[in-house]
Amino acid sequence: MRVAVDREKCCGAGLCVLTAGGVFDQGEEDGLVVLLVAEPPAAEAEDVREAAQGCPCGAITVEETAGQ
Amino acid sequence: MAVPAPQTLTEVPAPRRSGCPFDPAPAYEQARRAEPVSRIRLWDGTWCWLVTRHQDVRTVLRDQRFSADSSRPGFPFLSPGRRVLGTGRTSFIRQDDPEHARLRRMLTADFMVRRTEELRPRIQELADALLDTMTAHGRREADLVPEFALPLPSVVICLLLGVPYADHGFFQRLSSVMLRTASSPAEISAAQDELQAYLADLAGRRRGQPDEGILSRLAAEGELDDEEIASVGRLLLIAGHETTANMTALSVLALLRHPDQLARLRAGGPQEHKAAVEELLRYLTIVQDGVVRLATEDVSLGGTAIAAGEGVLCMLSSANRDEAAFPGEAGLDLGRDARRHLAFGFGVHQCLGQALARVELQVALGTLLSRLPELRLAVPFEEIRFRGDMLVYGVHALPVTW
Ligand code: HEM
Ligand code: SF4
Repeated sequence: MRVAVDREKCCGAGLCVLTAGGVFDQGEEDGLVVLLVAEPPAAEAEDVREAAQGCPCGAITVEETAGQ
Repeated sequence: MAVPAPQTLTEVPAPRRSGCPFDPAPAYEQARRAEPVSRIRLWDGTWCWLVTRHQDVRTVLRDQRFSADSSRPGFPFLSPGRRVLGTGRTSFIRQDDPEHARLRRMLTADFMVRRTEELRPRIQELADALLDTMTAHGRREADLVPEFALPLPSVVICLLLGVPYADHGFFQRLSSVMLRTASSPAEISAAQDELQAYLADLAGRRRGQPDEGILSRLAAEGELDDEEIASVGRLLLIAGHETTANMTALSVLALLRHPDQLARLRAGGPQEHKAAVEELLRYLTIVQDGVVRLATEDVSLGGTAIAAGEGVLCMLSSANRDEAAFPGEAGLDLGRDARRHLAFGFGVHQCLGQALARVELQVALGTLLSRLPELRLAVPFEEIRFRGDMLVYGVHALPVTW
């Protein structure tokens, strides 16, 4: 799985951090999304999909890669 | 408008069923099952669309062709008072991007998850101190609203903004006027002006004598003048205390009415407490009249044509009861994965203070349940007065004993 975030779209609500804290964080200065891991391990995949679904601003995209 | 006014729903906000004060109005539930995008008539003779399904509410709120700018002609209002709230001095909750984003981004760092987690110990101390006072000298009975549910978030938002908590009587009175559906336009306008003047004055003083609060920081950054800072302050002050306060008290009542769920919560750890707060947010959806938008282009929503210039009311409470999104048990089920609830809205306006609200609720409920294991109502349930008359649902008072 490959994850991408769009900081322009992000409204800083932080749902992604609550849902998959190992993969997303928020910038110290602006509170907007920071991607910690672009290719999260399979164990995190479910939470990352949930975070992308739940993101109110459509700022997270997930690309399913082969083999995961 | 070309379409005739609908005959089905004549009253918005629609009344709840007298039997269960936790369920949304039956009219919204029926609409979701029978006609998920339907028309409703408003108090002023105009009409707007009522959107009741989880998926449709998400679609509307994430689509920027639906505007939150209430100064646009045709924007729907649910009462005369709310028209005043929406057309007078608004803040970014009633603006579109890029202006909305410009203002919101001045605050996103203040309310981000890490920052609010850092506040948890402070909030815990506060909750403990409030309960110490409430239970001092062997007292066995209290109204939980003024003694616990309301002061906790009020103190916290005052601290964050740099507003003296000593003035809480003043701004809580104004906030009640602004949130009461039946308040007259004149009353609302006066309350709004009074709070605006108070905060503009405070912002001015903070320019000379800054503290650690958000008002001081905005003043120091120099991008906003005192009136603009006061508008932001007004939004944060009101949104920041009434909501969490009502959510706390209503959650306690809901748990007392669901003893099996309460027992389950008492037995759980921090993870269960977090999940329980999400389920309570879903089940209770205290922003009871939903959120409004205006179509700026023609849009097709699940097959229904919505024309530019038509209003849309997104009913969060009904979306949060949508079986398609939340299968399983219909009622309160603390074991449910409720993370997709829309109690904080959706899209770019999704609640800025949600991380803070979550921590406050987790601490408030956790502390209350662990310190008062015998907590129960001090009056018959039938005597509890619900806030059907307010923008934010809850109870007017919650007499409890322990
Ligand atoms: C349980 C508690 C809360 C609930 C249920 C709640 C609910 C909501 C909802 C539904 C919206 C969206 C309005 C719309 O789309 O038109 C919203 C926006 C907002 N809330 Fe909350 N809220 C809560 C707590 C808080 C707290 C503690 C703050 C603290 C500062 C806050 C500040 C805001 C602000 C500033 C907005 C406007 C955001 C924007 O327009 O970008 N809320 N809230
Ligand atoms: S959930 Fe979406 S909008 Fe919220 S912080 Fe994460 S990326 Fe940004």
